[in-house]
Amino acid sequence: MIHFVLLISRQGKVRLTKWYSPYSQKERTKVIRELSGVILTRGPKLCNFVEWRGFKVVYKRYASLYFCMCIDQDDNELEILEIIHHYVEILDRYFGSVCELDLIFNFHKAYYILDELLIAGELQESSKKTVARLIAAQDSLVETAKEQASSISNIIAQATK
Amino acid sequence: MGSQGGFYQSKEFLDLVKSIGEARSKAEEDRIVLSEIETLKRRISEPDIPKRKMKEYIIRLVYVEMLGHDASFGYIHAVKMTHDDSLLVKRTGYLAVTLFLNEDHDLIILIVNTIQKDLKSDNYLVVCAALNVVCKLINEETIPAMLPQVVELLVHPKEAVRKKAIMALHRFYHKSPSSVSHLVSNFRKRLCDNDPGVMGATLCPLFDLITKDVNSYKDLVISFVSILKQVAERRLPKAYDYHQMPAPFIQIKLLKILALLGSGDKQASEDMYTVVGDIFRKCDSSSNIGNAVLYECICCVSSIYPNPKLLESAADVISRFLKSDSHNLKYMGIDALSRLIKISPEIAEQHQLAVIDCLEDPDDTLKRKTFELLYKMTKSTNVEVIVDRMIDYMIRINDNHYKTEIASRCVELAEQFAPSNQWFIQTMNKVFEHAGDLVNIKVAHNLMRLIAEGFGEDDDTADSQLRSSAVESYLRILGEPKLPSVFLRVICWVLGEYGTADGKFSASYITGKLCDVAEAYSNDETVKAYAVTALMKIYAFEIASGKKVDMLPECQTLMEELLASHSTDLQQRAYELQVVIGLDAHAVDCIMPSDASCEDIEVDKGLSFLDGYIQESIEKGAQPYIPESERSGILNISNFRNQDHNEASSHSLRFEAYELPKPTMQSRIPPASLASTELVPVPEPMYPRESYQTPVPSVSLDAGSSELKLRLDGVQKKWGRPTYSPATSTSNSTLQKTVNGITQVDGASTSNSRTRETYDSRKPQIEISPEKQKLAASLFGGSSKTEKRPAAVHKISKASSHVMEKSHVPKYSMEVASEKTASVQQPPDLLDLGEPTVTSTSPLVDPFKQLEGLLDTTQVASAVNHGSIAAIESPDMMTLYADTPAAIRNSDLLSGLSNPSIINMPGDTTTTQPMQSSKGPNLKDSLERDALVRQMGVTPSSQNPNLFKDLLG
Repeated sequence: MIHFVLLISRQGKVRLTKWYSPYSQKERTKVIRELSGVILTRGPKLCNFVEWRGFKVVYKRYASLYFCMCIDQDDNELEILEIIHHYVEILDRYFGSVCELDLIFNFHKAYYILDELLIAGELQESSKKTVARLIAAQDSLVETAKEQASSISNIIAQATK
Repeated sequence: MGSQGGFYQSKEFLDLVKSIGEARSKAEEDRIVLSEIETLKRRISEPDIPKRKMKEYIIRLVYVEMLGHDASFGYIHAVKMTHDDSLLVKRTGYLAVTLFLNEDHDLIILIVNTIQKDLKSDNYLVVCAALNVVCKLINEETIPAMLPQVVELLVHPKEAVRKKAIMALHRFYHKSPSSVSHLVSNFRKRLCDNDPGVMGATLCPLFDLITKDVNSYKDLVISFVSILKQVAERRLPKAYDYHQMPAPFIQIKLLKILALLGSGDKQASEDMYTVVGDIFRKCDSSSNIGNAVLYECICCVSSIYPNPKLLESAADVISRFLKSDSHNLKYMGIDALSRLIKISPEIAEQHQLAVIDCLEDPDDTLKRKTFELLYKMTKSTNVEVIVDRMIDYMIRINDNHYKTEIASRCVELAEQFAPSNQWFIQTMNKVFEHAGDLVNIKVAHNLMRLIAEGFGEDDDTADSQLRSSAVESYLRILGEPKLPSVFLRVICWVLGEYGTADGKFSASYITGKLCDVAEAYSNDETVKAYAVTALMKIYAFEIASGKKVDMLPECQTLMEELLASHSTDLQQRAYELQVVIGLDAHAVDCIMPSDASCEDIEVDKGLSFLDGYIQESIEKGAQPYIPESERSGILNISNFRNQDHNEASSHSLRFEAYELPKPTMQSRIPPASLASTELVPVPEPMYPRESYQTPVPSVSLDAGSSELKLRLDGVQKKWGRPTYSPATSTSNSTLQKTVNGITQVDGASTSNSRTRETYDSRKPQIEISPEKQKLAASLFGGSSKTEKRPAAVHKISKASSHVMEKSHVPKYSMEVASEKTASVQQPPDLLDLGEPTVTSTSPLVDPFKQLEGLLDTTQVASAVNHGSIAAIESPDMMTLYADTPAAIRNSDLLSGLSNPSIINMPGDTTTTQPMQSSKGPNLKDSLERDALVRQMGVTPSSQNPNLFKDLLG
């Protein structure tokens, strides 16, 4: 099970946090501080895994952003590494060549996408297309609402098509 | 969507994000955030805010909270937002509450109703949004409110809803297994869902269920195997491919499940051999995801009933991992090795040099993993080298969590495999010295007990040798500054018991040392107490042997200080010491016999020595004692006589709160004697007070557990009589074990002297290859010693191969350097990966066309018009369940699948594989990167460089 997902910039700034196990606000701050201290200082050629308080943290760096996921001792690290990559690919497809700025300004979008990918700390969908389709369906709602073009029933019809 | 595609984001929000990005220090960031919080607090409580504005405020709150500040003042507004009719607004509200609230937050009760309503919505997107919240926020108490609706959603026409409903049930199962225990059959049903996504999601709860109870799912083995087979044969839609692997995440989950089901079950394992073997063959080992699947295969192989052929392929993969340049793969290789080593211990030998390289790697993660492997392969022949290495490493690290772990491992290994008593004591000393306060107190008790009991056999001289060597080493160690408290307790106890036993050291010398300890660690009361008791023992032994006792002056000042101590415990000990010194030799020998710490104490639970006193009292007219069990009946009778007694002792109704379950030592038995027999691992006849340190932690532990909130599934236990299950019984059993373990290995002294020698000679120059060779020999030696020794001496083929391995070390470090420079110049594009990723061809197709196609597939369930994928896939998924009892059979669909011709040919990948591997790593890398770039439509030139600079400095 994934306990939390963190996106930290190279400067240690938090870009996204998602907690699947209960952590109090205080603990969260501590975890972030501790982990960014460990992860940001690691050299480029080392493992993408860190053992931490009896858990394992898998991280991967994309440009200036570190994607970290904390998992149980007996989970498959390489799989998690690919889940991270899977997420990044979906983000990339969604934003069209994603960069850190996209995530900074549209972090809520990144959350929505993450919600379609992981749920309660487990991978719920491994097909990029399915995720893309669901997000697109939700966004089409947003678009139509923005244009104020059609009635509610119309929106639903469109979304459920 | 553009990089800052403004979704209603105002200038204010952009400015906030930007100013935080530009903040030079954490303090500056905090100041900005705090002023933002003030603004939001003011704005959010204004009346009649437009929804759009409110939405933005909430998102800003999320942002503030993400940065680690408290935004709880806005929670209620987020909750309000979930009540909105518009999905847009609602979605933001839901997102915010999932991020803000924990499952036990008070506000959740306000959302439950909304969620219930939304789960009934006819817009599936609303249902999905609600289910997302259910997965995050529903707790044990609210599960019953949601359960029926979630179960209904399991058959929702939309696969996205079914999938989320499954995940929600999984979550419920986590929270309270009993709430969904009657719904397990639903998971089985969903396993044969038409949609691979739903099927994949179902594997998560099934994995958990199977972990709990393997036997009731044995019937699914065949189904899982055939699903895995079909997945591996690429019968799932192309959309589930990931880097040209067919649905790897589903494969991994299935392999995990199979590992559970096949564990120790020969028949079930036999069903799996073919498919696991197939996956071993088909997996593309050049991609990361391929290696992930391969690793999972190894885990599966090492868990199921062993099969020589599979073990062989697993060993091949492991050697590929270990030889790889990637640290990740080395790490996985070491991990896989430690799994496989249990089944075939001989495979470690061929990888010994790789393992030693990993052990000396600068990467801590890899090093720790290697220690884990060593820990698993420790034998009596290599225990010294391994434990010495572990201790060396333990001394160097600061991470307390890991230090504790490695210390306890050292202790465990030393207890189990110690070649000699001397070595054991030295090792324990080192562990205590460097990780003292992190070591469990039980370990200290074990050590004391071990020294007291000796090593089990009836060899008194060996035991006394052990003791005197312990005393000597402790006296030496006492010279060092700042010893950990736990260690000091051991030292004091041992000096007290055995300090003067062999006559080597005079009583005044030992007592002087003990006084020094009490003085130097004067704020540690426990240590002081140990020291005083030790003093008392020394004096008692002196008196008993007829010598005249002169108290040292410093000892006298110490006593004077303690007699007036604030700690009653210390005070009492001091008074007792005074009294003991005044007694004559015979009395002292009775109360304080020499070396009797291991003798059993007879506890007279009947308290027969009080019989005379009781008799006397009864004769004087006192009431006889009535045992508790008989009391209630008698009380009924006595009701008539004295009514006022009735109220206090009646058992019928109690209005006061239940007391915390604590170790209530029944008042019938004097507490001190009871404590000393039940709680102290090192029983001591005359000093019941010494046990006071042990009850303290156990009581506090208990109190801690009782502080937890009321859990409904554990009710049974709490309402009954508070039962106290002390840890002592387990500690006793471990003691027994260790003692046995040590007796078992004794007399390996010839072999250990050799290994010690190699170890010592290794120390000065670690990097020379023959030394490493020797280390390898001492680590992996054992069975094939003869083969390895000449290799170490003459440096024949083995040594030379090692030189080759060594020779690429400098090259590797150069690579590190070049990598560093490369990483600096990386463009700010997220997909420029440091690691090779395999190109996937499918995304070359216009994603939107495929998207439309997919929409069709799911919509038209019969899959008539749409490509072969759907037509093949949906009936095939049904075959699997032909033998699952709960499966919904669909005979029309079944008829189609006996035709073997509709199998997706996996040929194309197998042909491309060798081609890929024949290319040089660099060429391949760059090609892949290029392809990836093209596939993603990514232009590697940096986008918005100016803004980036602006934001990130």
